[in-house]
Amino acid sequence: MSNQNRTIYGGKVNREKPINFVFNGKSYIGYQGDTLASALLANDVHLIGRSFKYHRARGILTAGSEEPNAIVQLGLGARTEPNIRATEVELYEGLEASSQNCWPSVNFDIGAMNNFLSRIFPAGFYYKTFKWPPSMWLFYEHFIRKAAGLGQSPTAKNPDRYEQKFYYTDITIVGGGISGLLAALGAGRSGCKVLLIDENPELGGYLLDYNFSINEKDGKKWLKKIIEELDGLANVTILKRTTAMGYYDYNYLTALEKVTNHHVEFSNTLPRERYWRIRSKKVILAQGAFERPLVFADNDRPGIMMASAGQKYLSRYGVLPGKSVVLFTNNDHAYLTAFEFVEKGAKVTVVDTRDLLNARISEKCKLLNIKVFKSYSVIKTYGDKKVNRIEIQQVDKNQNQLTGEVENIHTDCVLMSGGWNPAVQLFSQSRGKLKYDLKINTFIPDKIIENQKIIGSNNGQFNLQENLNESFEAGIAAANELNFNSVEKVNWTGKEEIEFTHSDVEPYMLGKKKVTKGSKHFIDFQNDVTAADIFLAQREGYISVEHTKRYTTTGMGTDQGKTSNVNALALMSHIHNKPVDEIGHTTFRPPYAPQTIGAIAGRSVDKLFDPVRKTSIHEWHVENKAVFEDVGQWKRPYYFPQNKEDIHQAVKRECLAVRNSLGILDASTLGKIDLQGPDAAKFLNMIYTNAWSKLEIGSCRYGLMCNEHGMIFDDGVTSRLGENHYHMTTTTGGAARVMSWLEEFLQTEWLDMKVFCTSVTEQWAVLSISGPNSRKFLEDLTNIDLSKENFPFMKFREGEVCGVKARIFRISFTGELSYEVNVPARYGRYVWEKFMEHGKKYNITPYGTETMHVLRAEKGFIIVGQDTDGSVTPSDMNMDWIVSKKKEDFLGKRSYTRSDTIRHDRKKFVGLLVNDKKTILPEGSHIVEKALKQPPMKMLGHITSSYYSPTLGYPIALAMLKDGISKMGEQVVVPLMNGKIIEATVTDTIFYDKEGKRNNE
Amino acid sequence: MFIINCPYCGERDQTEFTCHGEAHIARPDNPSEISDEEWGRYLFFRENPKGTHFERWTHDHGCRRWFNVMRDTVTDQIIKTYKMGEAKPEISNE
Repeated sequence: MSNQNRTIYGGKVNREKPINFVFNGKSYIGYQGDTLASALLANDVHLIGRSFKYHRARGILTAGSEEPNAIVQLGLGARTEPNIRATEVELYEGLEASSQNCWPSVNFDIGAMNNFLSRIFPAGFYYKTFKWPPSMWLFYEHFIRKAAGLGQSPTAKNPDRYEQKFYYTDITIVGGGISGLLAALGAGRSGCKVLLIDENPELGGYLLDYNFSINEKDGKKWLKKIIEELDGLANVTILKRTTAMGYYDYNYLTALEKVTNHHVEFSNTLPRERYWRIRSKKVILAQGAFERPLVFADNDRPGIMMASAGQKYLSRYGVLPGKSVVLFTNNDHAYLTAFEFVEKGAKVTVVDTRDLLNARISEKCKLLNIKVFKSYSVIKTYGDKKVNRIEIQQVDKNQNQLTGEVENIHTDCVLMSGGWNPAVQLFSQSRGKLKYDLKINTFIPDKIIENQKIIGSNNGQFNLQENLNESFEAGIAAANELNFNSVEKVNWTGKEEIEFTHSDVEPYMLGKKKVTKGSKHFIDFQNDVTAADIFLAQREGYISVEHTKRYTTTGMGTDQGKTSNVNALALMSHIHNKPVDEIGHTTFRPPYAPQTIGAIAGRSVDKLFDPVRKTSIHEWHVENKAVFEDVGQWKRPYYFPQNKEDIHQAVKRECLAVRNSLGILDASTLGKIDLQGPDAAKFLNMIYTNAWSKLEIGSCRYGLMCNEHGMIFDDGVTSRLGENHYHMTTTTGGAARVMSWLEEFLQTEWLDMKVFCTSVTEQWAVLSISGPNSRKFLEDLTNIDLSKENFPFMKFREGEVCGVKARIFRISFTGELSYEVNVPARYGRYVWEKFMEHGKKYNITPYGTETMHVLRAEKGFIIVGQDTDGSVTPSDMNMDWIVSKKKEDFLGKRSYTRSDTIRHDRKKFVGLLVNDKKTILPEGSHIVEKALKQPPMKMLGHITSSYYSPTLGYPIALAMLKDGISKMGEQVVVPLMNGKIIEATVTDTIFYDKEGKRNNE
Repeated sequence: MFIINCPYCGERDQTEFTCHGEAHIARPDNPSEISDEEWGRYLFFRENPKGTHFERWTHDHGCRRWFNVMRDTVTDQIIKTYKMGEAKPEISNE
């Protein structure tokens, strides 16, 4: 039998459109318009999952986003998602969901024995039990993690697309219930840009489920007209299925829109979810309120739900959750639900904690044959997987205890209503202050911080009539404050059969002595926190709300205590006999509801996470099997293996090719900045440590850049192209940093200097050819005179190379005769291929960054960021030769006479040769004064660069060594991770061609 | 998270900007003549106030210009933005 709990008529589901779905492996049929929860209830499925700690049977408590119990694992494979509220899932064809937190099945769950062992699992159980000995925690943790937790995360990569949208608007209204709609109408008619957000698929909120009249006519028709008008306003944007998640400073909101979650087929063109980042001049909060549960023994059984939820299942989905229903209430308004249930064929009994009852309600109850127990409380419930019987007893309020006979009522559904809590989460996130209202016994907004309004039941105002006009006027007023024209006010007369009135909060069953023993009075359903746990926390000294929260975990579930917080605070107030205001409340933080990480990441995943930069020659490297390494965002060839060579063999071959004949390196990634202006030379004098005034046109010069602390932060060669025109190069990784550094000083310190800086890194492809045959090789391909006399070392020439306009810089990072050929980037690969073709006779060898590193280390050339680390001065690197003594000022100069930089025992840059001539010291190894069996050892320095030198046939290393210059020729020891102790000799940093003859050839 | 009024481009999202710390710390004209203490003050000492603060910002993902921002460090309110070289605004006592 299918849909056995569906009423014969009524509800807004489309009974013509059946939808097949699967829950826990079993097929069911629901209707279009159902949620997973309503469809399950329609099919008489009440047991949805097991609870977190005690594995108790749990059903459906609410009909909205506040649901703590009915959370399921939704979807399969890569798209599976845990902890999804069945009350929010719109049913779609083929939907598959399953229960969580149970094994082997929700009906027969092994973990349920925790319920019987609950006396040994009170609040703080884990803290107390697994504390000793401390070293054992890692062992315990393994088992605890396995037993705890809710659903399963997917193990495969999520195939969906998520998008982000930045949005700017005049007014954002959160909540599409009656208050939000009317505020939107007021603001919308005024002409300002309005964004209306609602988490449901349908606008209308609370009023969709209850009968009401406007101007003595059917309210539902009026509501439809309001929505139609809003839909027609071009300046009003409505987002349904969108939950406002975060409310940050200055009206910055984030919201998550479910775009295709509820679709049968996943879309190729639409994202699954869209994450909105909204900046709004004004925000109107109209989020409504959540109904508050009542606290009594075993109030968590399937079949026990909020009265408003029962109302919604019945009136919206045409589902009667029970036939023999008990309404347990402390207020008038919930009687509407009792009447509705009777009308749809249920037998209803009311248990009311109050002793006086409104005469009209009394009369109607009599008429409908509803038995009312006044001044009674439900004290216990029974039923294994669904409630089947309750016990009630009279309450003696004067004595604050239960009295008289315990009476039994057989029932299959208990509806409870403990009053309403405004949904103040976003308001609190916006730093709004709350106060406790004794009339409706809950926290309501008090002081607003942001440019904001809060209206309707969200503001503690539950009366329909008052909400209608106030909300509309709030919308007009908000628009007015933003200087939009006023529109005419409207007077609506709204009526419900029973108006909201003051309600007493009954935070727990009154027989307080009974609370601590026996049955469980749940406060927080999702985290299995009972009234007894709150009592225990107070007894053990966790009396601040924040401590109680963390000790008991109340309000810490995925529902963030939407149904439990106020009851927990009310109970604390009762225990301490203090007003709730003095107890306070915990902090509300974003997100308002669980949200996917994918939506926050948006499109910033995979290839779009961080851009990959490739040179114009990159594809040639790929075709020629280069192994790449990442240098910042750049992909650079690391080495070019041939015939199964490993890195060592390839690097050795590449090094020797450069030293003996001809190598070629793609150096396009080098940072390049074009400097122009009459003050360029003056500027360079301030930026670099050496002098630039006398650099001739057509010459190149190496420079070190230091910060004001005197520490090296970049280096490179800058060439003078013309009278007021320079070409600066930087390290590959430092290009952006140097550019910002130059701009910083030009824009903030030396505003009078006339210099323009332009990044030209990507405009030029740089082919660096190096080796004794490089001149002979290049001569055939260029019209530039390359003779030693006419184009010496450290000069620059312009001309043509392979028919392409080129700049050639005769500079060298290998120590060999070298030319850096710059051609426009679009010709990079063309010229490279010509070079490879023509270079065959010299065995031209492409080499990568590793060979480049080895070759420069043989020459003792530093790499900023590898040999230096931001705490190193030019003097520390033995580069005093490049620090001008004559210049009056340059960045960093003053710091060279600070007490710290003139210390003679600073670490200095030295070379190291291992005595065994074969060990390659790991970079980062420490040089110690004396090698001991274990640390601590007195450290003297560390290895910054270390390689096997194919040119020399033994390993070489560069290091920073305390007082290193005076230790030349001395022995040092380097202990390795594997326990070996390596002895080495301190040497000069230049290992090859000390006189520098080769690059001057 | 807020909107910053770039003096060159107008109002833009905060994510386009970078903060570079305290403003109006002029580089000494004569570094070689000042004491270690004075140089140290320029290098290391910052106000770090609770309340109104003057900061240097750049519009990195925009005009790439540097400018100054008067910001309340308690509320994050941007009180004023102004170009480099313009005088430091008065702090009102309201």
